[in-house]
Amino acid sequence: MTASIASRKSKSPRGPIVNTLTSGQLPRFVELYTLAAALLVGAGILALVGFNVVGWLVVSAIVYLVVLGVMSSLVENRRKATDRVVRGLVSTAFLLAIIPLVSTLATVIARGIGVINWTFISTSTSNVFDPKTLAVVQTEGALQSIVGTLIITGMAAAMSIPIGILTAIYLVEYSLAGNWMSRTVTTLVDVMTGIPSIVAGLFAFSLFSLLFGPKAFSGFSASVALAVLMIPIVVRSSEEMLKLVSMELREASYALGVSKFLTIWKVVLPTAIAGLVTGVMLAIARVIGETAPIFMAASFTNNFNSNPFSGPMQTLPVMAYTGYKFPTTNIQGSLDSAWGAALLLIILVVILNLIARIVARAFAPKGLR
Amino acid sequence: MVILAGVAIFLIVQAAPAIAANWQTNASLTTGPTANQASFWTYVAPLIWGTVFVSAIALVMGAPVAIGIALFISHYAPRRIAGVLGYLIDLLAAVPSIVFGLWGIFVIRPFLLPLTVWLNHNLGWIPIFGGQASATGSTLFAGAVVLAVMMLPIITSISREIFLQTPRLHEEAAFALGATKWEMIRLAVFPYARSGIVSALLLGLGRALGETMAIALIVSPSLKFWVQLLTDGQNSQTVAANIALNFPIADTLQRQALIGTGLMLFVILIAVNLIARTIVARTGPGARNKRAQRKARQLPPTDPGVIATADAAAGPVGATTVATAEGVE
Repeated sequence: MTASIASRKSKSPRGPIVNTLTSGQLPRFVELYTLAAALLVGAGILALVGFNVVGWLVVSAIVYLVVLGVMSSLVENRRKATDRVVRGLVSTAFLLAIIPLVSTLATVIARGIGVINWTFISTSTSNVFDPKTLAVVQTEGALQSIVGTLIITGMAAAMSIPIGILTAIYLVEYSLAGNWMSRTVTTLVDVMTGIPSIVAGLFAFSLFSLLFGPKAFSGFSASVALAVLMIPIVVRSSEEMLKLVSMELREASYALGVSKFLTIWKVVLPTAIAGLVTGVMLAIARVIGETAPIFMAASFTNNFNSNPFSGPMQTLPVMAYTGYKFPTTNIQGSLDSAWGAALLLIILVVILNLIARIVARAFAPKGLR
Repeated sequence: MVILAGVAIFLIVQAAPAIAANWQTNASLTTGPTANQASFWTYVAPLIWGTVFVSAIALVMGAPVAIGIALFISHYAPRRIAGVLGYLIDLLAAVPSIVFGLWGIFVIRPFLLPLTVWLNHNLGWIPIFGGQASATGSTLFAGAVVLAVMMLPIITSISREIFLQTPRLHEEAAFALGATKWEMIRLAVFPYARSGIVSALLLGLGRALGETMAIALIVSPSLKFWVQLLTDGQNSQTVAANIALNFPIADTLQRQALIGTGLMLFVILIAVNLIARTIVARTGPGARNKRAQRKARQLPPTDPGVIATADAAAGPVGATTVATAEGVE
């Protein structure tokens, strides 16, 4: 020991002493430096062939990954090189995915924001004949769609929430695990989750045309279609929520001699209420944007119709679809109203999501989570 | 729960006349959207091909990116940002498909046009990029890109949940053995989450298969088997979009034919969903099958609570060490 130290002391070190903890490592912020360099190089290459932002980012990303990989495998080792390249790839995937998602929102907001004002929300689309100029002026409005959306979704919710929650209560509280009935119900719910929305629309339309003759377009049949889509979502989420209620609470209630129904009513449901409400809200947000089933079952119209049992009914998603696909004589106006409807729809969905969050927080039982 | 059986029986009853009818002589079926078809099966086969094809392409494009985002949110992003990002992705899962459809028309179509021409020019010898390149951008390629974007939030949110459930002790054990972050993910996270990822992919595929409006708006289709991605007018139609486009103009028997195609789509989706559920049930983290339980019994317990109780039962010394270890955490 002493001998080796002495021998090392005898040789004077050539150059700076190497810190063994940091040797064989790239400097700390090398990824940032490389990124900046890659962006510069990318800009340089793109300047030669013609500049555009997307190409610049793509070239820079490739340059960044290659340079970082090569540097790291030269200075460090292959394992670390792989690690760094994968970190770069994952971050790139994230950025790549954020672009279309943000772009969607940005496009809708940019095109829709100019359309939405109080008249757009509070009037329905109508043609006004001006006797002086002999021209028919069309005013775009979304009132008929907003009312239609709320009525149809509301009725779908009114149908599917009781069915869904009762089914969940049956599955969690009453059925024995492994019972053939509960197994059948679970499988059916799983399968129902996969019903494509358009098939639900077909179902509702043919059911109602069978019952009430051809062309039986009505808001109610659309809400039946939505209920078919909504029930499995509600069942699944409420089932999960009811399962979270701890067994001790139920057993404590039984030990006090409380009946099964009262236990569910006074103990289980209040404990799970936040989760139940959240699940329901998310289910509503999911079906409120469905276009295809409503388009088939309720058709579309520009007239104001608040009676869900007769006549076609307009909703926001269908309005966005028809505004683009079947424009009126005023093409630009139809297009604008389509974007306006899309933006209103997104606003509705976001509001529902926020309500779900707030409710979940407000109702959360104290001290449990 | 009679509803599901109701839906299925109803569709079969409604579709039966169209499937059974003679497609070459029936006056109603030889005109309009169902013209020139030998039978129901020759009508529905290209539709099914188109549906499966475009969804598969979307899955190939979307899946790696989606898993990348999930990894980024669960393991790479700083904690504080990760929560916000997760919420953002969940929100995007709720964006209605019609909005994605409109966005696809006005943004994606023109955006992909140069890429389309370039791919067609340079890689035209590969069949899927061959044919006459589209001038409008209403291609299957654009449709597939939009579908991929729509699948992203679903796949991401499911697989993120599963990545986050990876036992912390597994991850720390991998780090303690000197693994880099990527090696840790490969050793600890992926094996744990494999079945979850597969089921997330299949659920995303299910959404893509049933998707109507985006395809109906973007792609300009024809009823043939095509593999070209970059042409317009030579794209395979999908079942759902075909129903949406032809339903308003169809008469009774044609409508029943469309219902028949819907039935086929229904069958495919049920198959995909059942496969997904089976995979999750058999190999999922919460699997209750005997093999996994036996394995779990052989391994030492990984849950800190279990260790704490076991040590407390063994003696006071072990319990205190665990308690201090937890305090450090």
